[in-house]
Amino acid sequence: MEGTDRTTLLLNLYRTMLRIRLVEERFVEPILSGEVKCPVHLYTGQEAVAAGVCAALEDGDYVFGSHRSHGHYLAKGGDLAKMVAEIYCKATGCARGRGGSMHVIAPSAGMMGAAPIVAGTISLAVGAAYAASVRGDGRVSVSFFGDGATGEGVLYESLNLAAVLKLPAIFVCENNLYSTHLPILECRPSEEVYKIAEPFGIAARRVDGNDALAVYEAASSAVSRCRAGQGPVFLEALTYRWRGHVGPDDNIQGAHTDIRSPEEIERWRKRDPIGRLRALLLRDGAAGEAELASLDERIAAEVEAAASAARAADFPATKELADHVFSRP
Amino acid sequence: MSSPGRRLGFGLAINEAFHQVMEEDPSVVLIGQGVKSPWYVGNTCNGLVARFGERRVYDTPVSENAVTGAAVGAALAGLRPVVVHPRMDFMLYAFDPIINEAANWRYMSGGAAHVPVVFWGIINRAGEQAAQHSQALHSVFAHVPGLKVVAPSTPRDAKGLMVAAIRDDDPVVFVDERWLYGGEEEVPTEVYGTPIGKAAIRREGTDVTLVAFSYLAPKALEAAAVLAKEGISAEVIDLRTLKPLDAATVVKSVSKTGRAVVCDVGWRTGGIGGEIAAQITEACWAGLKAAPVRVALPDLPAPASRSLEAAYYPGAAQVVAAAREVVARGRG
Repeated sequence: MEGTDRTTLLLNLYRTMLRIRLVEERFVEPILSGEVKCPVHLYTGQEAVAAGVCAALEDGDYVFGSHRSHGHYLAKGGDLAKMVAEIYCKATGCARGRGGSMHVIAPSAGMMGAAPIVAGTISLAVGAAYAASVRGDGRVSVSFFGDGATGEGVLYESLNLAAVLKLPAIFVCENNLYSTHLPILECRPSEEVYKIAEPFGIAARRVDGNDALAVYEAASSAVSRCRAGQGPVFLEALTYRWRGHVGPDDNIQGAHTDIRSPEEIERWRKRDPIGRLRALLLRDGAAGEAELASLDERIAAEVEAAASAARAADFPATKELADHVFSRP
Repeated sequence: MSSPGRRLGFGLAINEAFHQVMEEDPSVVLIGQGVKSPWYVGNTCNGLVARFGERRVYDTPVSENAVTGAAVGAALAGLRPVVVHPRMDFMLYAFDPIINEAANWRYMSGGAAHVPVVFWGIINRAGEQAAQHSQALHSVFAHVPGLKVVAPSTPRDAKGLMVAAIRDDDPVVFVDERWLYGGEEEVPTEVYGTPIGKAAIRREGTDVTLVAFSYLAPKALEAAAVLAKEGISAEVIDLRTLKPLDAATVVKSVSKTGRAVVCDVGWRTGGIGGEIAAQITEACWAGLKAAPVRVALPDLPAPASRSLEAAYYPGAAQVVAAAREVVARGRG
């Protein structure tokens, strides 16, 4: 890829990642003040994974998320203001205040939903790939999950199903090295997650999850494979969450369960996926400082407007409590 | 050996049960997600890893099905495991080992084997956590033959029922409600079991029986205090065990009062509250002055938004309203 295509891609990746970052960081203060009450699992630090994978997808492709899915939602094209409103649990949210942070959803953008049951949506993503294969419509389906999900049997059942049926499914494991409070090696005999897919004959590889371009390239190749009917792909994106498992900081929020050393966190902050892409943009001459500063400002303003609107919006009306259980009451 | 006046909260009472039972019985193990993490299990597991080691107190991978099945297998092989699910919602992955295996094992082996295991499910709801972090599934478990289900409402019973559940030779589902962690009461320092299958009368009364358990038991007591000011004398029964149900205590009380309000911390349809109302109706029909009334969660998934949560969860006010209703429409 060269010239304007590459410039467009890099700028898109940068814009997507920065939108995710600024939204996530905008939640820190309202979470600490108690204004945002629902459990919020911030994506800060992992932005390159969602951005890189979703940049390789078409609008009609599917993604399914987990408890930490704000990034997946935004990267797939979900409306930012509606997501912020949902996290404030307001009536204007993408789930009308019924779901909160852990259930962001935008079906029209292909973001099919998220769930905080570990590995809970992996088989659902396989099902969407099955639907695409039944219709033969060329869509692919992406399952985002964390390294903690590799403890769940349904992951292996899903890998087998997808492999046997040669489904257009992409399994994206965001390995941030911790399953809530447990280091990965307390949960698994190996840090190398991608190898779990190999016995199923699934093409599998590990990619630097803090390198948006590398993630994009791996995802593009996976998408091509899927669209060509060559079956599922497993991508392990090695990355790191900067914030707590839930909320800005597990330790200052009273749980005292973040056992990660400040040095380790600092080491990963130096691998900031956004800083790296910014440097690449400048080095390539794809964008200048002034252009990026202006983009930064526009995104910050968009986030601020979304937060203000969410704060001003109403909570769902009590009389609507029983709505949305069935299509008709 | 008991030190009078020593008070504990719900979580530390459970913690003390573990310390004491694990000390007296080396076959007791505690496994599950988060036993090292107060974020998951509050203070219930304080000091256990340090005292008993990481083999007997094992913070597991996120593998509910396998971990719960392993607890069942370990029970068959001579241990007395407690397996914790820090959200009851997570137990849904473990339905096979709980329901197909543990619950049936004794019967389908003609008594040749049994499963002394405790399935400890923590309900940690509200806080805008929405549908998958709020579910109370006690009624599902109570539906299954072969499972005992306990749901204490006080620190004293939390300790005693955890001890009894661990000592029991059959599978017991221990329903733990984080909403109860705020209160304290005197808890005996010695190790003791609270009998499974025995309700407690928390307050005596003559006009209406409030049957409750878990977080609605203290709410029913609050309701009784409000009702007393209105001249309605309410008897409050804390079931403590949902299965086997202490029907005798309930029937005796309703036979006296002629009216019953049944309070269920789960959904209305198909809930244990309906079962209790049915048993009351069957046993007390002649003496009933009004049909029993249920207080329960509406048949809806838990919403996230605080505005909807406030309308979703019943409390003392709903119990008071139900009691007024059942008294008002009485036939004598």
